[in-house]
Amino acid sequence: METKTKISVENLNLYYGENHALKDVNMDICANAITAFIGPSGCGKSTFLKTLNRMNDLVENVRIDGRVCLDGDDIYDSGMDTTLLRKRVGMVFQQPNPFPMSIYDNIAYGPRVHGIKSKAKLDEIVEESLRGAAIFDEVKDRLKKSALGLSGGQQQRICIARALAVQPEVILMDEPTSALDPISTSKIEELMEQLKKQYTVIVVTHNMQQAVRVSDYTAFFLVGEMVEFGKTKDIFSYPQDKRTEDYITGRFG
Amino acid sequence: MRSKFDEQLAELNNQMTKMGIMIEDSIAKAVTAMSKKDEELAKNVMEGDSEIDHAQKKIESICFNLLIQQQPVAKDLRTITAAMKMVTDMERIGDHAADISEMTIFMGNGEREADFSHINKMASETVLMLHWSIEAYVEKDMEKAKAVIAHDDIVDRLFDEAKKDIIALILKNPKDGEEATDLLMVAKYFERIGDHATNIAEWVIYSLQTSACKE
Repeated sequence: METKTKISVENLNLYYGENHALKDVNMDICANAITAFIGPSGCGKSTFLKTLNRMNDLVENVRIDGRVCLDGDDIYDSGMDTTLLRKRVGMVFQQPNPFPMSIYDNIAYGPRVHGIKSKAKLDEIVEESLRGAAIFDEVKDRLKKSALGLSGGQQQRICIARALAVQPEVILMDEPTSALDPISTSKIEELMEQLKKQYTVIVVTHNMQQAVRVSDYTAFFLVGEMVEFGKTKDIFSYPQDKRTEDYITGRFG
Repeated sequence: MRSKFDEQLAELNNQMTKMGIMIEDSIAKAVTAMSKKDEELAKNVMEGDSEIDHAQKKIESICFNLLIQQQPVAKDLRTITAAMKMVTDMERIGDHAADISEMTIFMGNGEREADFSHINKMASETVLMLHWSIEAYVEKDMEKAKAVIAHDDIVDRLFDEAKKDIIALILKNPKDGEEATDLLMVAKYFERIGDHATNIAEWVIYSLQTSACKE
């Protein structure tokens, strides 16, 4: 399989004040693949995820050095337009967070922000995005109803559709199924498999079986350090670092 | 953490060791029954085979439970997969001990002209291989597993020697031809037991290796 690097991280360090939260992380993230970040709480995996579309800019007292290149361009470059960056690198969170508005307006929100006004164009984007998130058939007759009336699993797919609506290149998912039941989880996992054909998907998960099931690559983090990164198949059959082996086999210090 | 998992793995080791002892015992009895023309003992071995089959099913069931309950990965997964494969070879060794005993009964208690020394030696060497291979699994001892594989050459050489003895027996007295061909089959069973012990040792190596074999 030919692989292309979508995001290249070089010597990334992140500090929350005095706290050195990410230590010299280096990683090449493959395009059109699913990369999973695993590790115990507080290991830095979510922090690292957020550095990939500069969500950490919004946190006080954060200092970052190193480079994160998206298609070769450093996203921390002073010339980088963060609104455009976050359009290219979308995000889905742990708790489904649809806006308190109709399903249609949730999906159309991003495209409208980016200047699309044509009703016909917006209709098209909404349908395409909902189909892309495998939820169109479930909501097509209630597009004008509030998104908050949907089930958790449906809300999460609405959030994925909302992310797709601005035609991103990369989708970051921070524990996207931890608040969902197994059926909704399985729908999201199937959806991820579909999404990777078109997008680069990066997912933080506490569910190791999920990492094994869905991801092509896995990175294991521990106290701010990226301990091991490789093909998921290799990480879960022949981990090379004892700390990885201990974690995935449930030997927690 | 994972204390139940570790307990279950310890129980797996325990049952593997038990099954190993049953089979070693079976082989030793089979060869004694043959050389001493002890039909009762031979029957005892044949009847004991169902206990070995039962031990195999018990181990398989422990492995299934471990897979379902613990969803093991990495070394844990290889340890359990290896056990599931090993018990198949162990069960076949048990079958061969029963086969040898069947031959003993078939040969009856007439005069035996044959020299049993090489076959006896094959029995003791294969018991040793089996014993080491299961020890290697339980003790996670790569070197011991490799020693088992190397040891198979000794059994193969003994098979050649036993074959020569059998040919000599036929040449000396063609009337002993039937006993001779029966003995050849017995020798072949022991040679196969050596191969199964080698397979077991190969699974031990698989369970212990730290990187994938190049495909």
